[in-house]
Amino acid sequence: MYDPTVARLTYRALLGRRRALILGALPLLLIVISVAVRALAGADDQTAADVLGGFALATMVPIIGVIAGTGAIGPEIDDGSVVYLLSKPLKRPAIIFTKLIVAVAVTMVFSAVPTMIAGLILNGNGQQIAVAYTVAALVSSIAYSALFLLLGTVSRHAVVFGLVYALVWEALFGSLVPGARTLSVQQWSLAVAHKVAGGDLVTSEVGLTTATVLLVAVTVLATWYAGQKLRSLTLAGEE
Amino acid sequence: MTTLSIDHVSRWFGNVVAVNDITMTIGPGVTGLLGPNGAGKSTLINMMGGFLAPSTGTVTLDGQPVWRNEEIYRHIGIVPEREAMYDFLTGREFVVANAELHGLGDKAARRALATVEMEYAQDRKISTYSKGMRQRVKMASALVHDPSLLLLDEPFNGMDPRQRMQLMELLRRMGDEGRTVLFSSHILEEVEQLARHIEVVVAGRHAASGDFRRIRRLMTDRPHRYLVRSSDDRALAAALIADPSTAGIEVDHAEGALRVQAVDFGRFTALLPKVARDHGIRLLTVSPSDESLESVFSYLVAA
Repeated sequence: MYDPTVARLTYRALLGRRRALILGALPLLLIVISVAVRALAGADDQTAADVLGGFALATMVPIIGVIAGTGAIGPEIDDGSVVYLLSKPLKRPAIIFTKLIVAVAVTMVFSAVPTMIAGLILNGNGQQIAVAYTVAALVSSIAYSALFLLLGTVSRHAVVFGLVYALVWEALFGSLVPGARTLSVQQWSLAVAHKVAGGDLVTSEVGLTTATVLLVAVTVLATWYAGQKLRSLTLAGEE
Repeated sequence: MTTLSIDHVSRWFGNVVAVNDITMTIGPGVTGLLGPNGAGKSTLINMMGGFLAPSTGTVTLDGQPVWRNEEIYRHIGIVPEREAMYDFLTGREFVVANAELHGLGDKAARRALATVEMEYAQDRKISTYSKGMRQRVKMASALVHDPSLLLLDEPFNGMDPRQRMQLMELLRRMGDEGRTVLFSSHILEEVEQLARHIEVVVAGRHAASGDFRRIRRLMTDRPHRYLVRSSDDRALAAALIADPSTAGIEVDHAEGALRVQAVDFGRFTALLPKVARDHGIRLLTVSPSDESLESVFSYLVAA
């Protein structure tokens, strides 16, 4: 299923100079904030949970997921260069699966790693907060990548839709409308984080079982559907 | 022997019919797909390449369906019209990647790069390539697995005359080797230089098919229309109509000109200046009024 050549092309496209700068900006901001908070307020478990939950998991991870997930295929479909992948004896689902792996890896590196570092800076992993949020970032990286890879496959405006989902749905509705919270990758990953941290510094709106089932279901369905869409992808001519 | 069969294929986008009930068979050798811009050539090539489903009809390669059949690409090489091609790679990296995607290695890539004579620039980034160099690297990527069918969409667009000749030479060689080569073009002269067999598509319909010379004759023997202004239009009209190469003349008062319809192109173009000189008439304007490719094609459709 995994094609190393497709992966190499995807990595190089994703980590091109400009995109790498965008991918690196938010993690850098998170670290800067963490250093500043630690310097000004000292080590505090609640503050650490607020920064990691409010900024890292609610904002940074989904945005990185949007950039990596849609960027793994969207630009190729947009400019037509995907034709060089499609005109090969390669199973379409294998192309999608490979791109998913790449998007997941990139999202994890640019979101989970800085989350861990920020957690260590904020309170030195007191009450397992850094590890809990890192696990949440890892878990949500998978689901976000799958969702946004699908979006990149079906829509030319994937980045816009992705950002609207990430910022409006996850960040805004997620904190205001109770119903929206249960349908949120962020909440599902928080359920996993809650299990890791214990206590009530990290909480979720959904139970662990529901969260796990939904995370797996969303990832599998989105990946399967993206493969199907790619099988019947139509390349519009210049006419 | 590779034969591409297009059988009663139509394709519409919403209410717009891009390709209208086309049936053709493309066999070994070089075939030119000729038609004005917007005639449906790209739509047709996309269906031949398996990137677009026909709304009705079938496209098959030696009996195998092309649509939704990844295995068919072991036999097809595609040179798309669009420019985009992983510009961040070098030419060599790009061709090697294409070889790997076919399950082949460096050796196949080297051979393909040598075929298109691009070794000298293979380590430069594609983003620094000229249009002609891009076209050749695309060609190398299409040849890397030694396909029996080669599809090229407007391959000569934007190439300079030398690059054009090189590519023509290469395609001719591919055809002589027994491959099935199909290229599209909206330029008559390009097709004339390269393809003996042509398929003409106009407004989504299959207008003509067959030997180039026969179709070329149809094109040049059609009635030509000219707009002529002279120092004495009526005297000129009288002298011209006496010759059988002229089928009709209208005096256009509004334009202050003659509208001449000639049936024998060669004879008429020799006759006009001679008649004018013999009668002491000065020619002020002689302009063909229907020389656009579209009118040539629409004549073909009617023929």
